[in-house]
Amino acid sequence: MEPHIVKSFDEALNTLHAQVSRMGILAEHQLGLSVQALVDRNDELAAQIVQSDAEIDALEAAANDQVIRVLALRAPVADDLRVVITALKIASTLERIADYAANIAKRSIVLTAMPAVPTVRPLQRLGKLVQGLLADALTAYHEGNTELALQVWTRDKEVDEQYSGLFRELLTYMMEDSRNITPCSHLLFVAKNIERIGDHATNIAEMAYFLATGGAIEGARPKNDTTLIHD
Amino acid sequence: MPATAASAPQDNPSPKLIARDVNVYYGTKHALQHVDLVLNSGEVTALIGPSGCGKSTFLRCLNRMNDGIEGCRVEGSITLDGQDIVRGVDPILLRARIGMVFQRPNPFPKSIYDNVAFGPRLHGLVSGKDELDEIVVGSLRRAGLYEEVKDRLDAIGTGLSGGQQQRLCIARAIAVSPEVILMDEPCSALDPIATAVVEELIDELREKYTIIIVTHSMQQAARISQRTAFFHLGKVIETGLTEQIFTNPREKLTQGYITGRFG
Ligand SMILES: Nc1ncnc2c1ncn2[C@@H]1O[C@H](COP(=O)(O)OP(=O)(O)O)[C@@H](O)[C@H]1O
Ligand SMILES: [Mg+2]
Repeated sequence: MEPHIVKSFDEALNTLHAQVSRMGILAEHQLGLSVQALVDRNDELAAQIVQSDAEIDALEAAANDQVIRVLALRAPVADDLRVVITALKIASTLERIADYAANIAKRSIVLTAMPAVPTVRPLQRLGKLVQGLLADALTAYHEGNTELALQVWTRDKEVDEQYSGLFRELLTYMMEDSRNITPCSHLLFVAKNIERIGDHATNIAEMAYFLATGGAIEGARPKNDTTLIHD
Repeated sequence: MPATAASAPQDNPSPKLIARDVNVYYGTKHALQHVDLVLNSGEVTALIGPSGCGKSTFLRCLNRMNDGIEGCRVEGSITLDGQDIVRGVDPILLRARIGMVFQRPNPFPKSIYDNVAFGPRLHGLVSGKDELDEIVVGSLRRAGLYEEVKDRLDAIGTGLSGGQQQRLCIARAIAVSPEVILMDEPCSALDPIATAVVEELIDELREKYTIIIVTHSMQQAARISQRTAFFHLGKVIETGLTEQIFTNPREKLTQGYITGRFG
């Protein structure tokens, strides 16, 4: 993209972009670490994740301020407007993702205090899948890669499939032995959090697509969740 | 200050003015090149583009003001309700149907009343004093000026504030019941409040007239028009719904201009 005649306009947009980039790196990192803490039963790491959430909150607030400033002072139009609006929406999405990661970390601390249950492997698999989608969505956003955005968008159904499988698996553990009910309920929430992060990664892919094209990704979102109500 | 916002574009617009393959030369300079443009009634069309791209030249074609310019030649077809106006119509009669408001408010050094009465008198549109009074008051009302000047219609028009003078010029333009109003940067000499008042007025007038406005303010074009045409170096690069032009222009040149990437 050609630079603006008014250089400070470019600087303002670059600042915004840097803030959202940093948030993306942090949020993806937080997700990876939270699943790690859960699998390794590592309380120290989990506590650290909960603490780091504040940095992402602060970045989101800063990005909000920056967006308001740019809208008020520059009245951006066309692709500039899309840059600003998508940054605003992605920043808020990343903040939500980090919240989910922090919630996983908190549950991991609770779970570590209980006897171990055998289902952490499939959770790890789900976490890896969603982390990959999130990374791809962010890459699509940074590079304006509409192909990649579309891929993320269609692959969300894999997340839903894995989540549905995990849901059923956790149910059988709970039915087998009532002592499993408490830890498995926590794990169910963890799985749900990861699945929601997958939805948010899809939203970021939609934003990336909109940023690059000015249009919406066509067609209904593929849905393959068979646990029925889970929202 | 009420925020002005343009009304939505019409679903089935009816073309009022149609320009086909219009070329204008000043001597050897080819100032407008193969311009095709449709201007709908009941809508405001904004003409935007860098200085010297031919916006004023195009506006002048619409009411034959290029006639008076030495060495200026207009080719192609422009129709008003299907009738060719490039040739064969009386420019004076044409200007009663197509009024114009200029960048600098230019009231005559006469009373407020006489400024508005000028056109109807010139065109012999009135039969008596009562009818003229009615037209003057009605035009001032529609221009949103009447309440501010009703006690001093005999005062000189040039004594009004800039914003009031521009609304007086709009009242003068609509006094002859034109069908089309051309505006060449009508707010560039006005402060933001006076600009907002004139913009609101334009949106109100839109329903009854075909309005074509040249503006250098991208925000103004976005605020008050339903359709936008982008001119560049004498050519029309892109036309479309204003919302589309300002959110997702098709042409790189349009995008570069409205986002401030080239001068
Ligand atoms: N009376 C004239 N004689 C010669 N050239 C003219 C005259 N008026 C305009 N031009 C030229 O025609 C081009 C278009 O001018 P104009 O229509 O005034 O542009 P805009 O209104 O978009 O700034 C410019 O290059 C300008 O120099
Ligand atoms: Mg001009």
